[in-house]
Amino acid sequence: MLRQIAVPVAAIITFLGLWELLVWVNDWPNYKMASPSDLPPAFWKYKELFVTMGWQSLWRTVAGLALAVVFGTLLGMVMGFSKIARDALYPLLVGFNAIPKATLVPVISLIFIGQHDFNTVLMAFMISFFPIAVSVGIGLSTLEPEYRDILRALGASRFTIFTKIALPKTLPEFFGALKVSVTLAFIGTNLVEIVSPHGRGLGALFKSGETNGDYPLMFAVLIALAFLGIILYYAVVYLEKIFAGWAERPQG
Amino acid sequence: MANLIEIKGVTHAYKTASGLLPVLDGLDVAVPEGTFAAVVGPSGCGKSTLTRLVAGLMKPDQGEVWLHGERVKGPRKTVGMAFQNPVLLEWRTILENVILPLEIVAPSMPRADRVARAMELLEMVGLSGFENKRPSELSGGMRQRASLCRSIVHKPEVLIMDEPFGALDAFTREDLWQTMRDLRRAEPFTCVLITHDLRESVFLGDQVFVLSGRPARTQYLMQVDLPEDRTLDVLYTPKVADMLHILRDQIKIAQGRDGEVH
Repeated sequence: MLRQIAVPVAAIITFLGLWELLVWVNDWPNYKMASPSDLPPAFWKYKELFVTMGWQSLWRTVAGLALAVVFGTLLGMVMGFSKIARDALYPLLVGFNAIPKATLVPVISLIFIGQHDFNTVLMAFMISFFPIAVSVGIGLSTLEPEYRDILRALGASRFTIFTKIALPKTLPEFFGALKVSVTLAFIGTNLVEIVSPHGRGLGALFKSGETNGDYPLMFAVLIALAFLGIILYYAVVYLEKIFAGWAERPQG
Repeated sequence: MANLIEIKGVTHAYKTASGLLPVLDGLDVAVPEGTFAAVVGPSGCGKSTLTRLVAGLMKPDQGEVWLHGERVKGPRKTVGMAFQNPVLLEWRTILENVILPLEIVAPSMPRADRVARAMELLEMVGLSGFENKRPSELSGGMRQRASLCRSIVHKPEVLIMDEPFGALDAFTREDLWQTMRDLRRAEPFTCVLITHDLRESVFLGDQVFVLSGRPARTQYLMQVDLPEDRTLDVLYTPKVADMLHILRDQIKIAQGRDGEVH
């Protein structure tokens, strides 16, 4: 247990130390690259802003992610159970996913003018539902027929087979995808926050640091984003342990 | 004794990309109540199709399947199935895996009764003390034992097994034959066993059906005239050696190599 915490903490400290050393050895000014020791003052100076902006980024990301889970799972179910739906939807989905989402920011900003919260949540959702839909779809469509037959032979309904077998069996794939989606959703949120004018959230704070030439602030925002990403990621890991802990093999 | 399972003139073909693939051609099988039918035949001769027909998972193109005096039209709660793959649910404990069919077949059965029934079977197959383990913590043989418990926990009339011991090593397989024999003594199900192992078919079966090559018919039927309480030793008697020899010859005929020198 101690080792589980000590190892990542030591890795982070080593990383910060190397970063500090790199800036110090090259004698870079903070507008080229801020060093870790510049960051605490930056955090302290804008501590209220970090809390409110951080919260805005966080809730929008989580809201987008929640939409992605619901929509992605439903889409995955449709594709998992129907080959026709799979054939029809895959090219569309892949095509949509291949579009750089930055190009969609002006599009959705024009469709939903001024709806900053909505636009941000929508982007977080659009960028993160794809892995969930694909993994749920694959999980369901590759269910071995024997798993279905043990219940079907007893006259179980499709719904019972889904809830008792297909759904739990897909959970490990689902959580694997969710871990990818978490970080993607953050990218979506920040994209809108940075690009759209009069934005809010950590992305907007980054933008204001850029406008004001406050480089330590910009780096502090990046670290804050990384921190939130780590927190959300481990929240997913925690949920995975509860709901799909069975998939973890005992370490031998 | 009345026949519990009757398959009459069943003909079936699968639709494939290259046209119809006939697998069964006028198959007749009759299994009296309480007996054990072993079915052997060349690979790909339609044996698995036979299990799916009896389980009501598919309908034949022609012919009839009867179970306990009723025409089989779909799945029914009085059937148990076991496969080569034990298909245990990894997210459930062994106990919860065994209970699964009861959740479908007897939703109103009290939890305590379900647990008692499952524990009774687990003890019979030598898995007492493993009920709270996950399937991944068990060996292949133990998993197959748990799978057998699950397939009969709801006291089915018919147990259909599709090569349940095929993936196990030779010694584990012999252990499971004996477990199967003991289970049959304790539980009154009628059994259909699909196998590639002739010794297995003779040790467990009351009758051995040899199916012909595809499309399959019943090519040969052997009544296994051995005592009910068989031990593995019986497999090394001259009588069984003769029976195995006959079956082996029948398989060769089924494979279309009757001219082969042996």
